Order: sequence, then C-alpha cells, then structure tokens
Amino acid sequence: MKEKFNKLSQKKAFWPVVIFLVILLFNGVVSGGDFFKLSIVDGHLYGRVIDIFRNGSKLMILAAGMTMVLATGGTDISVGSVMAISGAIACSIVNGNILPGLNGNVVVAIILAILAGITCGFWNGILVAKIKIQPIVATMILLVAGRGIAQLVTQGKIITITSDAYYFINGGYILGLPFPLFIVIFLAGVLILFVGRTSFGLFLESVGCNPKASKFAGIQVDKMLLVIYTISGGFAAVAGLIESAGIKGADCNNAGLNIELDAILAVAIGGTNLMGGRFSIPASLAGALIVQSITTTVLAQGVPAAYIRVLKAVLIIVICLSQSKEFKEMLTSHKAAKKRKAVGE
Amino acid sequence: MKRKILSVLLCVSMMAALTVGCGNGNKTDDSAASGNADTQDQADAPAADGAEDAPAEDSTAGDAAEGTAGDAAGGSSSGEKLVVGFAQIGQESGWRDGETMSIQTYAEEHSDTIELLYADGQQKQENQIKAIKNFIEQGVDVIGVAPVVETGWDQVFAEAQDAGIPIILLDRTADVDESLYATFIGSDMVEEGKNAADEMAKLLNSSGKIVELEGTVGASAAVGRKQGFDEQLAAAYPDIEILESQTGDFTRSLGKEVMESFLKTYDNIDGLFAHNDDMALGAIEAIKEAGLKPGEDIKIVSCDGVKGIFEAMVAGEANCTVECNPLLGPQLFEAAQKLKDGEEVEKWIKSNESVYTADQAEAELPNRVY
Repeated sequence: MKEKFNKLSQKKAFWPVVIFLVILLFNGVVSGGDFFKLSIVDGHLYGRVIDIFRNGSKLMILAAGMTMVLATGGTDISVGSVMAISGAIACSIVNGNILPGLNGNVVVAIILAILAGITCGFWNGILVAKIKIQPIVATMILLVAGRGIAQLVTQGKIITITSDAYYFINGGYILGLPFPLFIVIFLAGVLILFVGRTSFGLFLESVGCNPKASKFAGIQVDKMLLVIYTISGGFAAVAGLIESAGIKGADCNNAGLNIELDAILAVAIGGTNLMGGRFSIPASLAGALIVQSITTTVLAQGVPAAYIRVLKAVLIIVICLSQSKEFKEMLTSHKAAKKRKAVGE
Repeated sequence: MKRKILSVLLCVSMMAALTVGCGNGNKTDDSAASGNADTQDQADAPAADGAEDAPAEDSTAGDAAEGTAGDAAGGSSSGEKLVVGFAQIGQESGWRDGETMSIQTYAEEHSDTIELLYADGQQKQENQIKAIKNFIEQGVDVIGVAPVVETGWDQVFAEAQDAGIPIILLDRTADVDESLYATFIGSDMVEEGKNAADEMAKLLNSSGKIVELEGTVGASAAVGRKQGFDEQLAAAYPDIEILESQTGDFTRSLGKEVMESFLKTYDNIDGLFAHNDDMALGAIEAIKEAGLKPGEDIKIVSCDGVKGIFEAMVAGEANCTVECNPLLGPQLFEAAQKLKDGEEVEKWIKSNESVYTADQAEAELPNRVY
C-alpha cells in the first residue's frame, strides 16, 4: 500500500492534484457542503465544480501548449492577444462583419479563427527558431500588436453575436457535462499521446536541457521549436473561441488580458522548470485547475473586491512554498534540529 | 532552399501586415499626432494660416469686446468662426469613439460657424500637453481637453489662462485649482447610481433582494455609481437588500463569472445592478445558464447605454439602462460659444442623460451609435 502511494506520489501531477483537491475540500467544509452541490438544470449538471472545469478550460488549454514552450526553455507571452484575435475573427465572421458571403457560417468561422491562431504561432516560431530572437521578445511583438490587429478586425468595437451554435462552444453540454471540457480532453489527450508515445517528448526535454548538445546529437531543434510555437498559437486560438463564445461577443481589450501570466503560473505550479527540461502536461492541467479554483474560492467566499488580489497572491505563495523542495527541507531540518535539541535536554 | 524562401516571404508579409495594421490604426485616429514629429507638422501648417488670420482675429477680438459691452447676446461674433482646439485622449473604448465622433460630426455639420482643431493624445499626457501648447500658439478661442490622467496639468492650463484662452474639461476631471479651467462637462456618476436605484425600486415594487456587480476597484465610475446607488437605497428603499457586491472589472467575462458565483450562493436573487452594460450582458448568460429568465426572474439595471444592452432589452433579457452619454459634441460647442461671447457658464455642466427602459428600447435602438 505504502509502496503504491510512493509510486503515485512520484508522478509529477500528484502534488498539484492533491493541492487542487485540498482547495476544493476547504471550500466544501467552509460552505458546509454547498460547494459540492450539483443539481440538474435544463438537462445539464449545474454547480460550482462544473464552473471550475468550464471556466478553467481556457487556462487548461493554454497551459498545455505553454508547458511545451516552457519545456524548451522559451516562453510565449502572446497567447492572450492571440485569443483576442481568434475571438475577433470568429465573431466578425459569424456576425457577417467580415466575409459576409459566408452568411455567418459558424464552422468556417471557427476554422479561420484557428488558422489565424496557427499563423500567429508560426510567426512566433519563425522569429524564435529561424531568426533567433529571444522568445520573450519575439512573442512580445504579438502581445503588443495582437490586440491592435484584433481591434482592426472589429473596428475597435465590442462585437455582440446571437448565434446559439457558436455559443455551444462554451455553453453547450454533452451528457450533462460542459462542452469545453471535451475540448480540453481531446486536445490535451492528443498532445499527451503524441508527446508520450513518440520520441517527440524525449527530444523536447533534451532541447530544453541543452539545445546545443541536442543539435549535435542530430535533433532538428529549429523544426521542433517551430512546431511547438505553432501548437501554442493554435491552442490559444481555441481558448479564444471558448472565451468569446462564453460572452457571446468579442471584447478585444479584455479577452485573455494577462492570461499568459496565469498560464505560466499554472505550468510553474505544475512543477515544470521554467528554464526548460522535464515537463508534465497533466501536472500543468492540474496547475490550471488550481489557478481557476483560487478565483472560484475567492468569489464563493465573498471576499471584498479590494482584497482579492492580495488574497490570491498569498494563496499562490503558499502553493509555491509547498511545492518547493528546498523549503520542505528547511522545515524538516528545522524540526529535526528541534527534536535533537529536545532529546539532548 | 525553397522552404527558406517561403519562410522569408512569410516574414515579410507578416511584417507588412503589422506595419499596415499600425498605419491604419493611426489613420482612424484622424489627424492623429502619431508621433512628436507629426504633431509638429500639424502645428506648423495651421500656424502659418494663423499668421495670416492673426490681424483679422485681433480686430474681431476688439469688436467682440465692444460688442459684448454693448450687446450682451454677443451677436457680433457671428461673423467670425468659433475656433476650438480639442485634445482627445485617444482610442480607448467604444464609448470614447462615440464621444470623438460626436465632436467631429457636430463640427462638420456646422463647418460654416465652427472650426475644430483635433489632436489625438494616444493615451499619453505629454502628447496632450503638446497639443494644448500648439493650440495656444495658434490662438484658438477655446481649448477642450479630456485629461488622460488627473494630475500634472497646472502649468499648461496656467499658460492657456495667461493667453486668455478658456479651458473646457470634457468627461474627466483634472486635479487643478478651479480657477484654471472654465467648466467641466461630464456625467454625474453619483446621480447615475441614484437613478439606477430608483429604476430598480420601480421594477421590484420597492422590496427584494439584489446583487451588485461593481466596476474596477477605484475607478471613478465605479465609486460614484456605487455611492449613489447604495445611498439612494438606504435613504428611500429600506426594503431592498443588497445581498452581495463584487467587482466584475467592467468586463463581460468577469461579469459572467461573478454572476455564476452569486447564483450558486443565493437562490433568491430578485435583481441585479451592474455598473456597466457589458458586465450585465455577461451576467445575462450566467442567469440563462442557471435556468432562470433574465429580465423576468432577475431584473437587470445597468449603466452606460451601449447598443448591446438595447438589443438585450428588445429581447426582453434586460430591463433598464441609465445612460452615460458620450455624445458631448453639442454641449462642448455650446459652452465654447458662450465662453467666446464672454458669457458665464456653470462650473459643472452635467451631460444630457436619460434613463431607458425596456419598452423604449425598440424605438431607441436605431439611434444607438456606440
């Protein structure tokens, strides 16, 4: 039994999942069980836990893509702006503002929006892999310009749409579960299989640890970077679709604002080294759920608006400390010293 | 090799897209001061005009002085155009675009009597200050400004005062001595909050439990609207109880998320007051999600009066919006004309605002431009 536990706790996703469950449990106890209350409304499940998964879906998708980027030792801070672009394009097409010939075809709108995201990711990839600009600078270009592009698409207005088919991306349900959850399972599943079952994952870690050595070992580092940034861009576009579908509109100024930081935080909480190297996508997904559940906790507990940021910061510090090996060692050695002292007396 | 060429091509095209993007952005800013150089150019051109006009202007100034002495109505200035320099913040939101448009179209429609010099500050105070200095050099009659920040205006306003040019503050206040500006044209956020409370009381027959979605913490619109709303409820409608009040940062997505949380904490919400329409629009989706009917089960009152909320009201999903009018053009030029004629204006000209309920929405919807 203990052996089993040890084996399980060796997994990278173990501690993030435990922390997530602890946060849920804390909420459950404080609310007297109300937090876990699930009811069925209009044939679908309805409750706070469902909210966490649905609202956290964007972040989970971003975190999955971001994990790979960070594993190479790079970073992609343009994802929030890419979300704004994809939302703007999709909503403008559905609304008939651009390409009116399509009559607001939702499927085409989604495809074009994702293609736009992939193009953005490819652009980042070229800058990083071919032109060798530092990743944070390379992706900063889109971070800044992306919202401008999105505003050009929407002509600076918030576009409101009424398409129920488009709304399904965020608000739809399959088997009583929110549709975004299935998107996450599909995208993350494909990615995990791809990384786990092919040599890609191994190469990725190798590139993150030492790109030069990897190159000499015959890994096509540039190509890998290009693929990874493109995936990150594509995933960001999907997250943008979920975001804009949820509010039935494209809000270029606020869609995905600062979410790149949340995504990086989620990956960090998941235990992936931001300098590159070993990574775990499931752990990042759990990290994303933790970040989302913090927001949900704060709202559920009715914390006064002015304290929200401070409280979030405190929670994140606690989580990071609980993840830190050095801190744990410090604690245990302190305890051991105390024990020794007590015994000595 | 082929691939290399392809990637280079792609880079070039994306670069081009970027620069074109930026270029267009500036263009929509109208005669935008996209950089310092531009501002200078722009200033130079009209300044040359100004030199020619200067003697004429001087003489009319003399006339005007005589005129006002003899004729208080100030009819004598009708022969001369009213020259107004307006330093806008820049492109910021649909609301601000509405304001810019209102000022520009009003000036165009009255181009025989009004000349507008428009400068775009691109969200930077230094650009706005430069623009004001240029206006002073050009000797405009009145300067209008929407200050991007509250502080740091004393010196440039004092320069304008020394030059005898009155300053009109538009929709945002500046932290300067009252003597430095002629008037402030803008909304009374507290009044909007009060109006919203009155409308909420009408919808709920003066009793019920409501939740409040606040704007960004510390924003003047959020502070004022909350103050007005809470005070009016406490004073006039003691039976309406605010269950909880939480910030939604003026955005749709957070408005939705916070409302989702409210709906799970309380199952007896009768009404929602949102500090802006966008949060209300987000909350509407959350309410539908919970299997309730927005506008019926939960009455919704919000502020601003954007197009989206009118569409929601027509669909019966929202009940009332308290307008925060960005169309300040007419009031700006009216006040400017008065100042030019030497008439007294109030220190705070409250913008013309109204309250729209669902039954007026359909008639009003076509008039919504922002």
